[in-house]
Amino acid sequence: MSEPLPPFQRFLDAHREIVWRFLRASVGPVEAEDCFQDTFVAALRAYPRLRAGSNLRSWVLTIAHNKALDSHRARARGAIPVAEPAAVDRRTEPSPGARDEILWEAVEELPDRQRSAVMLRYVADLPHRDIAAAIGCSEEAARRSLHEGLTKLRKAVPA
Amino acid sequence: MNESQPPQEHEMVAEALRRGPGASASAAGALGGDAQADVERAAAGAARRLADRAASEGLADVSYAPVDSPFGPLLAATTERGLVRLAFPEESIDTVLERLARHLSPRIVESSAPLDPLRRELEDYFHGTRRTFEVALDWSLIGPFGRRVLRVTSDIPYGGVLSYGEVAAEAGSPRGSRAAGNALGSNPIPIVIPCHRVLRTGGALGGYGGGLDRKRYLLELEGAIE
Repeated sequence: MSEPLPPFQRFLDAHREIVWRFLRASVGPVEAEDCFQDTFVAALRAYPRLRAGSNLRSWVLTIAHNKALDSHRARARGAIPVAEPAAVDRRTEPSPGARDEILWEAVEELPDRQRSAVMLRYVADLPHRDIAAAIGCSEEAARRSLHEGLTKLRKAVPA
Repeated sequence: MNESQPPQEHEMVAEALRRGPGASASAAGALGGDAQADVERAAAGAARRLADRAASEGLADVSYAPVDSPFGPLLAATTERGLVRLAFPEESIDTVLERLARHLSPRIVESSAPLDPLRRELEDYFHGTRRTFEVALDWSLIGPFGRRVLRVTSDIPYGGVLSYGEVAAEAGSPRGSRAAGNALGSNPIPIVIPCHRVLRTGGALGGYGGGLDRKRYLLELEGAIE
């Protein structure tokens, strides 16, 4: 007999930080709050139908991934202003803070699937199999997206 | 590993990704705070807003919160129908919540506001300025026989007592006072359903799920015993 579903509050307590990290990195601190609420409201609605013994972390990150995509699409449509672009002079040696700005701008510009793969791997620490399940592709395709995304980020950030 | 990539550079990007946006060493220093602690606080705040909203908008089936009492914090749980569980401090919160998840619904969140009416009534009760509880009750954790016994118990007035045998007789129990005692012992909403008002014939305290000291305390508060 498998473990019964934990009370929702325990599930929320166990995964709130990883979901917050993932969303903050994927959509930025301003949009993260709404995406977080949308993610856990959706999780709460579906929760009783979930099979006991499911991988809850991977499940809730899949929902968060979809909410992050919705947010990106809405932003692309409505051109909601993002955070102030930092005035970065790329010719001179960048400070760690400026290098960080450049990195996260580059994350923002990645194609959806690559950004999701990179975030799920490096922010949420999911294994490739779960990344593939979250994005809805093969494990091989997830590895490829991850590699391509990382390569672009490496090129964007000055050494 | 990809051999065409200098591992050091790769690691630098990976590290920055792990830290998250706006969390470079200099930025964290400028804020004067610990980035990890900030993330934890932000996540906890977002989770609290989610739980409160789930409770107030009826997305959750059960809300729970601690409520103060002279015995220490009681764990109170309510559904849309009413108060469903009140647990003494020594009961394990996890065990209480897991039972609620199994018997009612796993959609359980911690939220204080739905328990505010109970909180006020308990405060008045323990100050001796309230004799009856008005919060609605949800009887769904109580079986058919238990309901008969506990409804009779609910009708015992403040300051009054009945014997186990009398409660059993009024509940129409074919199984007598022992069965009634068991039903009282598994009362999920003590204090509010006043199972402390049931004594042995002759006035001995009998038993109490929360311990006899508490039973005595409640009966003295109500002036039922000296």
